[in-house]
Amino acid sequence: MIDKSLNWIDDRLGVAKGGRSFLDKIFPDHWSFMLGEIALYSFVVLLGTGVFLTLYYVPSAHEIVYHGSYVPLRGQKVSEAYASTVGLSFDVRSGLLMRQAHHWAADIFLGAIAVHMARVFFTGAFRKPRELNWVVGVTMLILGIVNGFLGYSLPDDLVSGTGIRIAYSIIESIPLVGSYVGFFLFGGNYPGTGVIIPRFFIIHVLIVPAILVGLLAAHLGLLVKQKHTQFPGKGKTEKNVVGSPMFPTFMAKTTGFLFMTAAVIFGLGGFAQINPIWQFGQYEPYQISYAVQPDWYMGWLDGALRIMPSWEWVGFGHTIPLEVFLPAVIFPGLIFNILLVWPLIEWYKTKDSNYHNLLDRPRDRPKRTAAGVAMLTLLFAVFFASSTDVMANFFQLPLMDVLWFFRFFVPLAPIVAYFIAFKICHEMRDAENIGQRKRALIVSRTTEGEYVTTASAPRPGDSHEELEAIPVPTFIDTTDPELATAAGVRRVIR
Amino acid sequence: MSDDKPSPLPPATLDDPHLQPATKHPQRMQNLAILAMVIGMVGFVAFIVVYWINASNQWEAGTLALGMLGLGVGTIAWGKYLMPQGPFVEERHDFHSSEPERAAFNAAITGRGGLEVKRRGLLLGVFGVAGGIMTLAFLVPGIRSLGPKPAKSDDNQGSTDDSLFTTNWKKGARLTTVDGRQVMVDDLEVGGVLTVFPRGYEGSSPDQVILIRLAQLGPNDPPYPIAPPGKTSFGVQGYVAYSKLCTHLGCPVGLYQERTQQLVCPCHQSIFNVNAGAIPEFGPAPRPLPQLPITVDATGQMRANGGFDQAVGPGFWERP
Repeated sequence: MIDKSLNWIDDRLGVAKGGRSFLDKIFPDHWSFMLGEIALYSFVVLLGTGVFLTLYYVPSAHEIVYHGSYVPLRGQKVSEAYASTVGLSFDVRSGLLMRQAHHWAADIFLGAIAVHMARVFFTGAFRKPRELNWVVGVTMLILGIVNGFLGYSLPDDLVSGTGIRIAYSIIESIPLVGSYVGFFLFGGNYPGTGVIIPRFFIIHVLIVPAILVGLLAAHLGLLVKQKHTQFPGKGKTEKNVVGSPMFPTFMAKTTGFLFMTAAVIFGLGGFAQINPIWQFGQYEPYQISYAVQPDWYMGWLDGALRIMPSWEWVGFGHTIPLEVFLPAVIFPGLIFNILLVWPLIEWYKTKDSNYHNLLDRPRDRPKRTAAGVAMLTLLFAVFFASSTDVMANFFQLPLMDVLWFFRFFVPLAPIVAYFIAFKICHEMRDAENIGQRKRALIVSRTTEGEYVTTASAPRPGDSHEELEAIPVPTFIDTTDPELATAAGVRRVIR
Repeated sequence: MSDDKPSPLPPATLDDPHLQPATKHPQRMQNLAILAMVIGMVGFVAFIVVYWINASNQWEAGTLALGMLGLGVGTIAWGKYLMPQGPFVEERHDFHSSEPERAAFNAAITGRGGLEVKRRGLLLGVFGVAGGIMTLAFLVPGIRSLGPKPAKSDDNQGSTDDSLFTTNWKKGARLTTVDGRQVMVDDLEVGGVLTVFPRGYEGSSPDQVILIRLAQLGPNDPPYPIAPPGKTSFGVQGYVAYSKLCTHLGCPVGLYQERTQQLVCPCHQSIFNVNAGAIPEFGPAPRPLPQLPITVDATGQMRANGGFDQAVGPGFWERP
């Protein structure tokens, strides 16, 4: 049966040759290589749940009277976007689960990308020949953040509406073109002519996802073409890749991991409430609530806005709201551009144009590691600055003190972190037996009553890791050995 | 691709350690994997049942998650413990092509198509420019149709949209609550606040104004408890009215602290001193909230005594 259908396809497409070598592709094993998979699989969940949501969501700012099953809202005038989001949460069966899973998947998607990126950064996996894939990855991160913002803006609730208002003001702050961009995007001065929700909708469900899918294909295609990096270890060199074969081992593990990721997301979607828009209420431009905060991946931008002093530049009949433009446009622009060109920066510093397939240990590259730590410290610091009001309340401190603390903490902490990380890397490199398993010490007493300690024999690791790697043997399947190459890549001889 | 000759792979036998599952008890692990997948099955069936009887969101999530968890654990156990673990090795090859291949590729790009035409560069240039202009031609409607052009100032002839500079507040406009009720002079106690709009524009974003009663003052008293410089006639009978749009990012400045007589923006904690013309005392807001001149007519109705003297809300390039 399988034979027959494979023959049918191969007669027409000739997939047997390439397909066979694809099945033999080797994937190195390391837990940190899973982080990107989390991002990939939450994206799968995002697409699935997202399609479900589009079947019920109405992207319209048109006002209607709510008649759904959520009693406190009955009889109120709300937008169709808001009514349909509440409706798909309460009146569409499984709707709430799908909506909350979608939101959780987005948060996990971006979190996984961030952690995956940190792994790639600190181990130097972005070096030649993988610079392009790094750029593709950073682009996906930016698009993911943009789409997250657009997505949580769609329900037209009080919190997200405030977010859109802030976004408009940030656009407006751009010198020369700000007002134009804002007017064109919103169809006029804020709040515009009601076009923003349908426009955000089409960007959120079609334009950005289409680009993301394309970039994702490129990301994975490059990964397959260039083969995965690996940590140094037994038998692992720059010229080979050691691990499990694509089929069946890796495929089984990664498919199982898809189910696990989805299980966690749907579990959260059912048990951990997220974005309860019926509690926030419909967006009205004159209403606001206390402690309005965006989703976590926007927090760093909000924090930067909070700690910025009120420096507005006025002159020559023009105004440049630097207190908005610098933290909300220039700052993220700088961060993303540093990320995008980081491989270039490192190349400029090291002039290293060799191929790198073996990963670095972070401690072996103290400057890169310290730079990464400084960047993370900066982002965490501004992230926490986005909750100055909540902190002031929680610690019973004056808001002003909390703000002044962050005004110093945000620029200074990364510098301190840089030097601490740099020092730790150096200390670790100099430490004896670093990176080796600690041996058990055996304390024994001699007949004279003297105590001596001796190190035990090295502990054996996982038996398979101790083996010398071999090419995927012909034995696994029944291919004629004559059709195989020593590299484990099979080619049919013409 | 390098041209290595196909050669037979090293032979491996059934008992080759690379092909052994990573567990000493494959039978037990297989049973476990099957059990996990069966639990998964039960979870999925339970999900369908739960959906059928319309149980809660938590039941749906729990059963679905259980299903995928079971299936996931089973599949991973299968892959991790019951399949050939290797390690296996695959060779890498340098990505770059050989020098002759590169040269041929370069020659093809630069040489081809120029064989018969003399001035290929010119052709190419004209093609590029035309293509660029075509892109521009598509961009003109693609961008320009999106929205109106913002006016450079408020004294234009109506050909552009001057809404950045203007609001619907004019002399005599009635102060109205969002549900359309006329605001009377005795509506607020001292320390009370109310969001008001010009009649006919209830709920409008740029027109929102926060009305505060600072003190109980009569028609013959000075309008303020403490008179701010330059705007002595903007308040009336202890009332002041400010644009509710934060000058930082346009959030509604909705929190009023009566004790300190400060308006606080909940978005980024800018604090405005209501007693001193709403100057920003703290936080990122750069300018005072524009003040709306108000008055009380003979019947006690509150009205605007003019429009704002400046653009409301956050800063922008065209703002003078």
